[in-house]
Amino acid sequence: MRIRVDPAKCQGHARCIGVAPELFDVDDYGLSSVIQDPVPKELEDKARLAVANCPEYAIEVVTE
Amino acid sequence: MTTTEPVDDWAKDFDILDTSYVGDPFGIWAELRDRCPIAHTDRRGPTWMPTRYEDVTAIAHDVGHFSSRRVAVIPLQAAAGEESRRVENDGPSLEYGLPPISADPPLHTWTRRLLLPWFSHHRITAYMPFTRETCRRLLDQLEGAREVDAAVDYAQQIPVRVIAHVLGVPSDMADTFTGWVREVLEFADDQEKRRHGILSLIEFFVAELKARREHPGDDLISELLRTEVDGAPLADSVVLGMAVLLLIAGVDTTWSAIGSSLWHLASHPEDRDRLVSEPGLMPVAVEELLRAYSPVTMARVVTEDVEYRGCPMRTDDKVLMNFPAANRDPEIFEDPDTVHLDREHNRHIAFGSGIHRCAGSNLARMELQVALEEWLARIPRFSVADSKKVTWAGGQVRGPRILPVQIG
Repeated sequence: MRIRVDPAKCQGHARCIGVAPELFDVDDYGLSSVIQDPVPKELEDKARLAVANCPEYAIEVVTE
Repeated sequence: MTTTEPVDDWAKDFDILDTSYVGDPFGIWAELRDRCPIAHTDRRGPTWMPTRYEDVTAIAHDVGHFSSRRVAVIPLQAAAGEESRRVENDGPSLEYGLPPISADPPLHTWTRRLLLPWFSHHRITAYMPFTRETCRRLLDQLEGAREVDAAVDYAQQIPVRVIAHVLGVPSDMADTFTGWVREVLEFADDQEKRRHGILSLIEFFVAELKARREHPGDDLISELLRTEVDGAPLADSVVLGMAVLLLIAGVDTTWSAIGSSLWHLASHPEDRDRLVSEPGLMPVAVEELLRAYSPVTMARVVTEDVEYRGCPMRTDDKVLMNFPAANRDPEIFEDPDTVHLDREHNRHIAFGSGIHRCAGSNLARMELQVALEEWLARIPRFSVADSKKVTWAGGQVRGPRILPVQIG
């Protein structure tokens, strides 16, 4: 599974790092980025949770 | 149309300061979402109020048509006389408003970037010990009491101290700051009180700016005074506006979230007990409490005539960004009017949507989590002492002003 954060949509809500700290980091301005690519199998559920919890719909699933 | 007549039709004549709306807006929002998703009123000026998540977020993202230059839900008539006197005397004023909240790009963009690192996800950890210590000291003072006011004696005491700590202003002035912030935000129809609040804040921070110039530190305000943009230092009025904003923005909002959460737990013993026995649930529970009891509604002003969903919005009309209503939209949230502490899918917009996403959201979230953790560790059993005595503040920020709870 591969996911990505759309930097044009990310507004720093930080929900992604909140639900899946193993998969995301945020910078000083709140911009999130994926830190494990591809997503390890055991973290796929967390990846989906991150997608579902982003108020900006900024996380896309690139490949399932 | 006077503002004191009772509301007959919430779709055409809503009144956000109506007592029953403040006490229980949820049913009204549900009705509006079905019947008339963008309500209208002429009370306090022509105003629109979207109640659906999709509409609130679309408007939040349309910065071109919906400006942030006026964000107060109840307009604050500027203290014009005092302001122009100050400007004439070369003193700083709020001529730039309270950036970034009351600004559009480009002013919004660079003023926001100056603030964001101070409230970043990682930076917040540094403020945690002080927050925890503050909560513990407050709980020490409540030791042995049979009945406490969870709003006045706990929730309302925390955020002002934390933001004072972050700003490096004296936390022994906590009660004074709270008084000024309340005057600005809570006395909707009392312009005199609101003016007094804002002028007191201006005067205080003008003195702080002067003191930081003489003795610079490594605090936020000193840093802003040292900052240059395009090779020039920031105008004092910009720094002043940002400092005033940070104090106002961090206080009522956060205590309202803490107070509402404690009200929920006090009136829902199953949820209270669950959080006590499953402390690992707290981060998810915090998001659910933020969703269900979002304190903040912001406003926008229409910049040019625009038709949105069939509504003829005119230049200078106000639009209320009803984030709390959007957070209970059944299109987005399953069983939205029930609090599910373990809700997994929760893309709530308690902190807004788009470029004005609350810059302090990480701090607010941390304060809420720590305040609830410390309370529950010390007071695991509590309930509402008298629901008739619970009163809610409304308008821009909704939270319990008085919350008597029985301990044990």
